[in-house]
Amino acid sequence: MFLWTVLLIVLMSAIAYVAGRSRAAGLVVADGPRLHSLPSYHGLLVAAGAMLGGLALAILSALVLGTQSVVTPAAAVIGAAIAAVPLYSRSAADFRARNAFERVVLVVLVACSAVAVLTTIGIVFSVLFETMIFFRSVSPIEFLFGSHWSPTGTPASFGLIPLLVGTLLITVIAIAVAGPLGLLSAIYMAEYASPRLRNVLKPVLEILAGIPTVVLGFFAALTVAPLIRRTGEAIGLDVASESALAAGLVMGMMIVPLISSLSDDIINAVPQSLRDGSYAMGATKSETIKRVVLPAALPGIVSAFMLAISRAVGETMIVVMAAGLAANLSINPLDAVTTITVQIATLLVGDQEFDSPKTLSAFALGFVLFFFTLALNYIALRIVQKYREQYD
Amino acid sequence: MNAHVPHQTLVTPEKPRALASGQFKVTARDVDVYYGEKQAIKKLSIDIPDRAVSAFIGPSGCGKSTFLRCINRMNDTIPTCKVTGLIDVDKHDIYDPKIDVVQLRAKVGMVFQKPNPFPKSIFENVAYGPRIHGLAAGKTELDEIVEKSLRKAGLWEEVKDRLAQPGTGLSGGQQQRLCIARAIAVNPEVILMDEPCSALDPIATARIEELIDELRQNYCIVIVTHSMQQAARVSQLTAFFHLGTLVEYGDTDEMFTAPQEKRTQDYITGRFG
Repeated sequence: MFLWTVLLIVLMSAIAYVAGRSRAAGLVVADGPRLHSLPSYHGLLVAAGAMLGGLALAILSALVLGTQSVVTPAAAVIGAAIAAVPLYSRSAADFRARNAFERVVLVVLVACSAVAVLTTIGIVFSVLFETMIFFRSVSPIEFLFGSHWSPTGTPASFGLIPLLVGTLLITVIAIAVAGPLGLLSAIYMAEYASPRLRNVLKPVLEILAGIPTVVLGFFAALTVAPLIRRTGEAIGLDVASESALAAGLVMGMMIVPLISSLSDDIINAVPQSLRDGSYAMGATKSETIKRVVLPAALPGIVSAFMLAISRAVGETMIVVMAAGLAANLSINPLDAVTTITVQIATLLVGDQEFDSPKTLSAFALGFVLFFFTLALNYIALRIVQKYREQYD
Repeated sequence: MNAHVPHQTLVTPEKPRALASGQFKVTARDVDVYYGEKQAIKKLSIDIPDRAVSAFIGPSGCGKSTFLRCINRMNDTIPTCKVTGLIDVDKHDIYDPKIDVVQLRAKVGMVFQKPNPFPKSIFENVAYGPRIHGLAAGKTELDEIVEKSLRKAGLWEEVKDRLAQPGTGLSGGQQQRLCIARAIAVNPEVILMDEPCSALDPIATARIEELIDELRQNYCIVIVTHSMQQAARVSQLTAFFHLGTLVEYGDTDEMFTAPQEKRTQDYITGRFG
């Protein structure tokens, strides 16, 4: 029925277009008044009316009667006709179909962006409500400040701190790896590499960004983690088999292309006239980059870092495989830790009853995660406003 | 165009009055400049005197800016650009591999067509050069250099109370004077100006021209301009470029009253270009 509905709406729109256009074309008479709009605009307006009317009535009938009902295609046809016929009969030489169609375009664009915004708001509220339910059984104080996390234990305890610390630890390691590597390679690509080399390097780096995180995850778990453990043992350190360091390193490698690619674009956007000004003063290339180019590119670079941090905080697969599930409260990168995202994943995998505190705690964690990235973005915005060196 | 013409029109001691006292600061012999396959300058030879303003005029694409950018090797930043021939500043070949470009550019400063202050404070803009070249021993000395440079550029009175504000917040004419102050701050001997007034209104232009005339006492100034009136007002010597060659070079007054070459006359009377 769905297919029929879509086909019928398209068909109705096509008919409406042809009909509207030919009616408008028929209005032209020798020595008569000129048409305000080209006939194709009359056609487009009638077609847009048919499409929107058809869609509206079809969706309404599907909501009332279910998608399988034969009424839905019929409703599409009726809706299209109801919307198109008045528009069709309105066409006259002085009817401003061109302007009216412009308004239709605006409405469609607003509607599309409204869907994205409303969805986000909806998600936030649904997470918020589930979090409220969770807080009926576990006090917010215990959740936010508790230092012990074991949702399946008896008695279950929901202390956020170990997860928060674990998330921060892995994120810090990842950024410590990806920040310098990404930024310096961006500087190399934007300022030093020949255009030919750059055209090769940039796509290669971006391929790294295209590797699925599952692949990176088992690379971290099976290659990097044992390597770190053996190295650690060789120099007499006690390393967990699933260490935060392994997860952080691999996650850092994942973010390098993100930072380098964005920073490269931003550095390239700094006007050449500023570099010329600096070179003409007798500054060397690295002096110019350090004192002129990077300060001018700072806002963009900070937002690239923020995006990378959000990516690292939200990353799940690598940490599930490489960092493990043990909710240890530790800032030692050689220990096994776990993160908020990993816990959300493990809490919701498999069959769940959706009213137990254990499951509901996932929503609370999700809300914390959301709040965390929001706060980061806000801080970044303030930093940028304070230190930006604006060029025009 | 015959390759030998520039030699004939070289400044000779009996010709330009402006040269009577001066000594040549920049000399070029048989300079060719290529952008990839395209030749931008053909067999150019010229002598530019110290403590005078020399103006390069000519239609767009005639090579005047290209040659100007050869004098402090700013063309090095364009990968396809190739320069052959000899350019001397103070009798030293500046394309000698042993020459330090960074030192050269500190000695031969440049002001660009569009004011390009750094997105820093007014103070930091002027202090930029002295800082990277280590010209100031301490904060007080740096303050002095900044004040002196801003005074020379005629900007001090306007900005002395807001040195910490961004240079990009100044008006276009003030920004260009800031760029001149920035160039002066490293004690250059030659100042190259690439159409420094083309983005400015007539009042700001007059202010800059006045400044150029003052700076002439201490520097060798080369200015590229599209305005014949500007060349006549500020320069002592004028060089007319056309299609990558130097057509005529000589005393500005003579050039605008009795040009030797037909093409020069056509250009300055507005018959082409």
